[in-house]
Amino acid sequence: MIRLAALCAFLAGPALADAYPNAQRIISVGGSVTEIVYALGEQDRLVGRDTTSSYPVAARALPDVGYMRRLSPEGVLSINPDLVLAEEGAGPPETIALLQGAALPMETIPGGYDRDAVGAKIFSVAQALGVPEKGRALSQQVLAEIDAALTEVAQQTRPPRVLFVLSMQGGRIMAAGANTSAQGILNLVGAQNALSGVDGYKLVTDEAIANSQADVILMMDRNAGRHQADVLRHPAILTTPAGVNQRLIRMDGLKLLGFSVRTGTAVRELSAALTQVQG
Amino acid sequence: MADLVVHAGLQAPGSRANGARLLTLLLLVALVGASLMSLAIGASGTSLWRAFNDLVSGQSLSLRDQVVLWDIRVPRTVLGVLVGASLAMSGAVLQGLFRNPLADPGIVGVSSGAGLGAISAIVLGSFLPAVLAERLGYYLVPVAAFLGGWASTLVLYGISTRKGRTSVGTMLLAGIALGALTGALSGIMVYVADDQQLRDLTFWGMGSLAGATWTKVIAATPLIMVAMLGTPFLARALNGLSLGEASAAHIGIPVQRMKRLAILAVAAATGASVAVSGGIGFVGIVVPHLLRLMVGPDHRYLLINSGLLGAALLLIADVISRTIIAPAELPIGIVTATLGGPFFLWILLRQRGLVDM
Repeated sequence: MIRLAALCAFLAGPALADAYPNAQRIISVGGSVTEIVYALGEQDRLVGRDTTSSYPVAARALPDVGYMRRLSPEGVLSINPDLVLAEEGAGPPETIALLQGAALPMETIPGGYDRDAVGAKIFSVAQALGVPEKGRALSQQVLAEIDAALTEVAQQTRPPRVLFVLSMQGGRIMAAGANTSAQGILNLVGAQNALSGVDGYKLVTDEAIANSQADVILMMDRNAGRHQADVLRHPAILTTPAGVNQRLIRMDGLKLLGFSVRTGTAVRELSAALTQVQG
Repeated sequence: MADLVVHAGLQAPGSRANGARLLTLLLLVALVGASLMSLAIGASGTSLWRAFNDLVSGQSLSLRDQVVLWDIRVPRTVLGVLVGASLAMSGAVLQGLFRNPLADPGIVGVSSGAGLGAISAIVLGSFLPAVLAERLGYYLVPVAAFLGGWASTLVLYGISTRKGRTSVGTMLLAGIALGALTGALSGIMVYVADDQQLRDLTFWGMGSLAGATWTKVIAATPLIMVAMLGTPFLARALNGLSLGEASAAHIGIPVQRMKRLAILAVAAATGASVAVSGGIGFVGIVVPHLLRLMVGPDHRYLLINSGLLGAALLLIADVISRTIIAPAELPIGIVTATLGGPFFLWILLRQRGLVDM
């Protein structure tokens, strides 16, 4: 009976945002959500996080309930939470249904990779935590940062062609196409995704890389260290302006792609780095 | 293999049989112990003993304890027993049928077919008609895995059966070809999958009992039970088959009927197991070998002992998988392979010289 009710609740999808001002044992699932909870100054109410929640560093001290799409029902319950704040896509659905069966409230925070999505995320988290005022203030501040960064960006003349490299696997490059968080941040800084005709993160052929005529390569910090030299020596990349001029930008992954509190900073830093490497 | 079977059978049949019966008893005790462990141990502090006391003294459990015990641990334990037993018994049946020590449920195409079914469901699930998708909900992946496993086995069986006779050799080779084909189709799915689907695929491949629900238990139990209760009847025929197909037919074993039964039973049991738990490797191939080294190759004891040991080992592996990095969980396939691999190597090294496969 409980399970049936839970299933119905699950299929009905996220309801209108509920507020839980009294929740004091919260598990935050999803790096961008955790970041917002900290930015709102509500971190004392957190008792757990998922593996993707690696920022701020203090969050890493919280118990880790696993990867956000593979949450273990008993693991989550073992921390005795009274609320789960989860980024869109948390799961698996079996776990979500069981947690709802255990009468554990769960609030889904919408995703998205643009300016408005950042505002909506901050607002939803603040609403769920029962601090809408703080949320309004924070989202105004963050959106103002993004807008300020955007006006700087607008002054650039020619949009640079950027190739976002997620990883290199045995000499093959996994790069970002359309409908990705990387595409989202490139849109914000007014850069052009050098890779066209690809959807999602894909392993792409050397010819597509050569065709991309990228001006700059963009990578996440964590992959860059060892791969940086490899990427800039990659034969296909060497045929692009980015390879010829050895232009590579590295940035913290969660900051760059999280679409959360630090998105304004990300836009400014990425934009500055683009201006700099283009000389 | 065949040599080994004959020698072992001739050496000391009486003591072997007694040893095997004693082992069955021990394994039964181990399985009960492992089941209790699986019910009692978990990330949360919910105590089986306290819950039992509360119930006996007429107090009602808190909702959370109820969910943890009844909706999480009990179905998980039942599923662990079913999956562990069916994988190990399937492995034992196939190793006997193919007279090949490397045989595991993958050899009749179940695993690769189930994998393709699951991957297709994960990647293409959103293209299904809304009515169907809504009805199946999150059971879409298990259902697709089960159908994929069955379809693949039936195709393979059809290919290898000519004029009412199934060629085990053809089945092995065709299985490799079919495996390559399903692998390629799975590869296409992986290629079109998005970032999140890719992660789901990876985790599916590592297996887990974490998604155990009562619905899965109810769906999988009949299939696995029928197959498991049926396999002991194959024991004598499998013993005869170790002499070779021709000899087995001469001593009156209905070889073809037995092959069909064995393959169908394995497809049903393994298909259902893989569907509810994802890809859990290693149990199917190692458990029967372990027992053969301990009590010899007589299928009358091997099959039942494999089932018991497989179930007990999988439960223990599951307890480890859910507590070692609690509150997170390690996929169970990682646990079975990390613990089982070195242990099996050790057994092999110790026995080297005694057994030559």
